[in-house]
Amino acid sequence: MAQDHAALPAKPTEITPTPVRAGIDLQINGERYRHTGDPAMPLLWYLRDVLQLDGTKYGGEHGDGGADLVLVNGKATSAINTPMSKLAGKQVITVEGLADARGNGNLHPLQQAFIDEDAIGCGYCTPGWLIASMELLNRNKDPSDNDIDGLPNLCRCGCQTRVRQAIKRAAAAMKQGTKA
Amino acid sequence: MSGTVKLSRRRFLQVLAGTAGALIVGIRSARAASALVPPDMLGDALYDFGMFVRVDADGTVLIGSRDPETGTGVATALARIIADEMDADWQRVRVLPLGLGVASDNGKPHWLYGQQAGGTGNSMPRAWRDLRSAGALARWLLIRAAVPQLGVPPEQLRTEKGFVIAPGGRRLGYGELAAAAAKVALPPGSLLLKTPDHYNLIGKPAGDAEARAIVTGQTEYALDKHFGDTLVAVLAHCPWPDGQLSGLDSSAALAIKGVVKVIELKPDPHLPPGETVIAPAVAVIAENTWIALQGRRALKLQWKPGASGSESSAALEQQATALINSDAAPTTRLRDDGDIDKAKRKAARRVEAIYYQPWLAHATNEPMNCLVRLDKTSATLYVPTQSPQQAWTVVQRLTGLAPDQIDIRVPRIGGGYGRRLDHDYVAEAVLLAKEVDKPLRLFWTRDEDLTHDFYRSGCVHKFQAIIEAKRQVLAWNQRVASASALAGRGVPVDHLWSSEVSVNQFPAGFVPNYRSDWFGLSSSMPRGPHRGMPHITNAFAVDSFIDEIAHSLKEDPLVTNLRLIGEPRLIPQQGGGAVDTARLINVLKLATDRIGWKDWLHSVNGLGLACWYMDGAYVAHAIEVSMQGEKLTIERAVCAVDVGRVINPMGLEGQVAGATLDALSTALNLAITVKDGKVQQNSWKDYPLASMAQLPRTVEVITVPGEGDPAGASFLAMPTAAPALANAVFRVSAVRVRRLPLMKELLRLL
Repeated sequence: MAQDHAALPAKPTEITPTPVRAGIDLQINGERYRHTGDPAMPLLWYLRDVLQLDGTKYGGEHGDGGADLVLVNGKATSAINTPMSKLAGKQVITVEGLADARGNGNLHPLQQAFIDEDAIGCGYCTPGWLIASMELLNRNKDPSDNDIDGLPNLCRCGCQTRVRQAIKRAAAAMKQGTKA
Repeated sequence: MSGTVKLSRRRFLQVLAGTAGALIVGIRSARAASALVPPDMLGDALYDFGMFVRVDADGTVLIGSRDPETGTGVATALARIIADEMDADWQRVRVLPLGLGVASDNGKPHWLYGQQAGGTGNSMPRAWRDLRSAGALARWLLIRAAVPQLGVPPEQLRTEKGFVIAPGGRRLGYGELAAAAAKVALPPGSLLLKTPDHYNLIGKPAGDAEARAIVTGQTEYALDKHFGDTLVAVLAHCPWPDGQLSGLDSSAALAIKGVVKVIELKPDPHLPPGETVIAPAVAVIAENTWIALQGRRALKLQWKPGASGSESSAALEQQATALINSDAAPTTRLRDDGDIDKAKRKAARRVEAIYYQPWLAHATNEPMNCLVRLDKTSATLYVPTQSPQQAWTVVQRLTGLAPDQIDIRVPRIGGGYGRRLDHDYVAEAVLLAKEVDKPLRLFWTRDEDLTHDFYRSGCVHKFQAIIEAKRQVLAWNQRVASASALAGRGVPVDHLWSSEVSVNQFPAGFVPNYRSDWFGLSSSMPRGPHRGMPHITNAFAVDSFIDEIAHSLKEDPLVTNLRLIGEPRLIPQQGGGAVDTARLINVLKLATDRIGWKDWLHSVNGLGLACWYMDGAYVAHAIEVSMQGEKLTIERAVCAVDVGRVINPMGLEGQVAGATLDALSTALNLAITVKDGKVQQNSWKDYPLASMAQLPRTVEVITVPGEGDPAGASFLAMPTAAPALANAVFRVSAVRVRRLPLMKELLRLL
């Protein structure tokens, strides 16, 4: 199975023709959206309040803690610090898009590794850890402990050691997948 | 048919036939005034029925979980208890969170499923008593249902992974049998439960039952629930809980398109804390969160301090220190074994120390929030609560609705730690929902969440130990000062200590002369239950002090600890039960053996240990640290626990590792400080949970296999992590940290 997990989907999406209304066009999890509201609205509230795509969590006003991370053109980005105005033409992947990103609905090896290592406490911060880890694995196929130390996420339940194991497990699984 | 089997005086198993050939077994308590739920209603109305097992015709087994899931794995563990007893196929089990079970009993609430509470450390012990019976009954009925079809008497049938199997190997799936099982006459008496050698799931590892939904972003917390056309309220609370609003100009906020209302909220002084608004507040209600936040920013607010305006955590600590150093009589003398004063005269050696621990916030990752839909005859709420019954009480008082007109739904919760045993945010949500004619979501931002909490009080511990010539601790004199979490909550003054210190804590009962005094401080800062209290503050002080005794005796702290614990024996506890010192010794030896304690003297790194017991469970930590300049690295963390029977080893291991990391994170970095009556921390930047790099890379967990009934484990591993760390730091740096947070103090002392 020679598949690059980093590849973002290029899924064709049908858009019903509607009267043209000025707005910000972007892709979220492979679907095309046009935001016609306040361009200053942070992506987090667009996802949660407008789309009711609630996997991306609120952690704090400053985006510290990492609960609100999403991938914007492959880069882990704080959704509360990113106004919609900066997202024209961008591709956003949220936690809901990690599995679908491979086009078949199967879990990404990273998601499977989080399950296998039980890298979950209350689970509220888990989407943020997944996004940050995904970016790390996309950059670095074989992350060291020091690389993993650089993740910005915070967790009060204490899932950090299990997340570390999950990232290593996923890296091994992805290597295996590429070789086969 | 439907019927009941008596479980105990007031609790019954109940069997019903569901729609489409389902078998349903539930537990109800007696005195339910409402009629039984009609069986054919049960197809979709899962929330209407009790803690239950439902076997569907397609073989799916639904198990309802009554206790809120805050991330402790309780939903998974409770379901596995039932599933094991009925020999269900775990792959076909789905776990559903149950809402609050409440019926109307002449206008009074009747709790259908008994106590429903999460994160209080006793879900497992409570469940162990009655959940197995529900599973056993389901299995008994399914076997009887198979008799006519398999033509074999019930005693010759066995069950395995969702099948009833006849001697020749012929088998019928539970799904095929469900409809018939619902019609089987009930057993005449109570059923025999499985013996442990027949457990298939209990004691075997399982990940969180919701894991797949969580990693795909499908799990919905209260903050992720939606009613159609919901308004969002964000709040600005007064910095002082007893302050008041002295000026409000909301015109700019109301001019923002989408801002619906600006409403003032005030605490009700007649209600206990946790049942009313936490501090005066102004709420901005808007069409969405983003508009509400802009509205809040546009408010022009002036607050006036109350009496608490002069309070400071530093002054409170000085007051505490003065008190425990004075001759003042304690608020409560908890315990006075032997004769301390006489023992003092025999002193060969005297050791003294004082320890300081800070105020703490709960800092749940999911902030306080509540979604409400109100009309004249009903209230529906999604509440992240650890006590649905308490939430109900708050809603009922504010709405006047009948017990069963209030529907409290409790989805998975983004951390509790005791914060969600109080329901100020539910009161706020209901008060605001009454002012609008649409559903309303109350949402606290992080700054509000950190600055308006029911904090854990800071505390000061002073110890004096008298050591006789043979190195035995002859006397232990302990003085603790703190502001009780129970003050103002209807608890008599002579019991306020119970949230702050335990009468049976180590080494009470181990030392012939033992005195424990508690001094109550008065503070206007709201306080409440906090994860691991009172053990966590006391274990830090006690286990640090034992290490200091070892140092004074110039000996290995393991030797000192083992001498203090003494021979394997049972030490009776005040109020019942006993500490089994053999189990305490065992966890201590397991943890220290694993870390390589024999190198304690010569290791370049520092090794530290601590042990503790609580509620029938035993824990020890051994920690190894290194220091390079000012950089502290936790090289290894080992934790050994003995909780009796382990339901889910993977879940327990996760809880133990998680609690260890949480306790280390807290001890390293965290403190809430108050100045001029205001909390000074309002974001993760100044309340910095530990980063990945600060924490150990693994936590090595050792679980002692046990036969006894399971004890709670959700915070068992918290108390000993911090003292083991401080003791290891002393070993590597020769700096004794007697004040938390550790990093700040260590850098000050280095």
